Amino acid sequence: MFNMTKNVVANLFAKSSTRLYPFAVRGHFEGFRGTLHINIDECIFCRTCMIKCPSQCIAVDNKAGTWTCEAMSCVYCGVCVDVCPTGCLSMSKEHRPVATEKQTMAYQGVPKKKKKEAAE
Amino acid sequence: MARTILPFGPQHPVLPEPLHLKLTIEDETVVEALPTLGYVHRGLEKLCEVRDFNQMIQIVERVCGICSCLHALCYCEGVEQIMGVEVPRRAKYLRTIWGELHRVHSHLLWLGLFADAFGFESLFMQFWRVRERIMDIMEATCGNRVVVSVNVIGGVRRDLTPEQCAWIEQEVAIAEKEIRQLTSTILNDYTVKKRCCGKGVLTKDQAYQLGAVGPMLRGSGWAQDARQTGYAAFGELGFEPIVEFDGDCYARSAVRFRETLQSLDLVRLAIARMPAGETATNVGGAGDDDTPQVIGGKRGDIMQAYNRDKSHRVVAAPPPNLDIPAGAIAAKVKGKPQGEAVTRVEQPRGELMYYLKADGSKHMDRVRIRTPTFANIPPLLAMLPGCELADVPVIVLSIDPCISCTER
Repeated sequence: MFNMTKNVVANLFAKSSTRLYPFAVRGHFEGFRGTLHINIDECIFCRTCMIKCPSQCIAVDNKAGTWTCEAMSCVYCGVCVDVCPTGCLSMSKEHRPVATEKQTMAYQGVPKKKKKEAAE
Repeated sequence: MARTILPFGPQHPVLPEPLHLKLTIEDETVVEALPTLGYVHRGLEKLCEVRDFNQMIQIVERVCGICSCLHALCYCEGVEQIMGVEVPRRAKYLRTIWGELHRVHSHLLWLGLFADAFGFESLFMQFWRVRERIMDIMEATCGNRVVVSVNVIGGVRRDLTPEQCAWIEQEVAIAEKEIRQLTSTILNDYTVKKRCCGKGVLTKDQAYQLGAVGPMLRGSGWAQDARQTGYAAFGELGFEPIVEFDGDCYARSAVRFRETLQSLDLVRLAIARMPAGETATNVGGAGDDDTPQVIGGKRGDIMQAYNRDKSHRVVAAPPPNLDIPAGAIAAKVKGKPQGEAVTRVEQPRGELMYYLKADGSKHMDRVRIRTPTFANIPPLLAMLPGCELADVPVIVLSIDPCISCTER
């Protein structure tokens, strides 16, 4: 009974133990793997991300110069970011917004020319 | 007296996952229990044939949604054993820290669910509130709350800065204080004791003979814990398993409650003793010297790969001691695993065992996972006969069932 009274009094003067949601939103910590981004201009279409991806959601066409990612299949493990040789892949801490349809991130870049073609 | 067969599950309010028990009852007493599994089988072991051994880390992490870090740790230790990779000491400590944080959050989750099983919802909320601190640590240090993806073959992917270590110690201290406040409620409360004491008794002999693992075994008086084998940094930390002797639901919850506090201590100890240095040994992985395989492109092709004759897939063993490409970081180990290994780690639910077999190609030949819940189902079936029907949910939950783990 004494404990109970002590708790009741303490709770009357304690601050709220939950977050007042719409006014106080829980952000994400730095380094949280929220969304995958690519800087397509720096991409050399080496296909390393495609080979290493455990969920196989990335498709790279080095002839056409396209980089696509099925956002719904991505597990946000960050392996592609780690292995990218040019560092053109990155992850931001914000979540991908809720979607009602399947989303594919598709980017068109300029494929690297072969040495022979470049010389000509 | 007439017997009735009552289905318990696969959909039941106390079960987060689908386990079906066919309970034969006489009046209100359970006479026999028969389990049915197989509702969430995903075939993850088979995936080792189409994903390379590095990609399997992310796949084995998804065997269990709660103790993902420990699955990856067990798998990585196995591959490291096969390849002869020496993991840097700092990485071992980091693995220990994250592994123990996983144990804390899993036990807090279970303690909450257990309280919920006998209708104590405010206690459930309190435990989960504390758990949220641990999840925050995980998010801030690993980049994700549950499936942390920090283990790689040869070490870990992330490091802890001194500021982060100080912050973790601070958060762990607050979490410990909050957990201690709940001690009297979970361990001394009249209603909790009434529902747990003497329910689902597993004697010491039974626990041994039926092969119980984890808190089930330790709740029955056996001081056995896979952490005693000294994987990761446990060999250097000095570790004593927590034991209770009654073998009932109360003893098991007491083991888990005390283990939560012990794990917090281990986290602090590991942070204090963590040496400086590298976080990973560079291991040349699959794909570095391989052209992308046809099966790597599309998801639909997996089935095709499943159906293919295995002899087509297994390539001849690659030449040993492949040359390190110019410009690469000095790789200490290169090549692909070839051989067999058995590794054991202590998951929150008990001892987890991995058997790995590699044939020198970039795919593992066999990945066999034996999860603790699988080992704990026979003891569960021994505990159920003779109990009241109303106690079945509490007894089932007291083994901390993780059905997705079991079915892989």
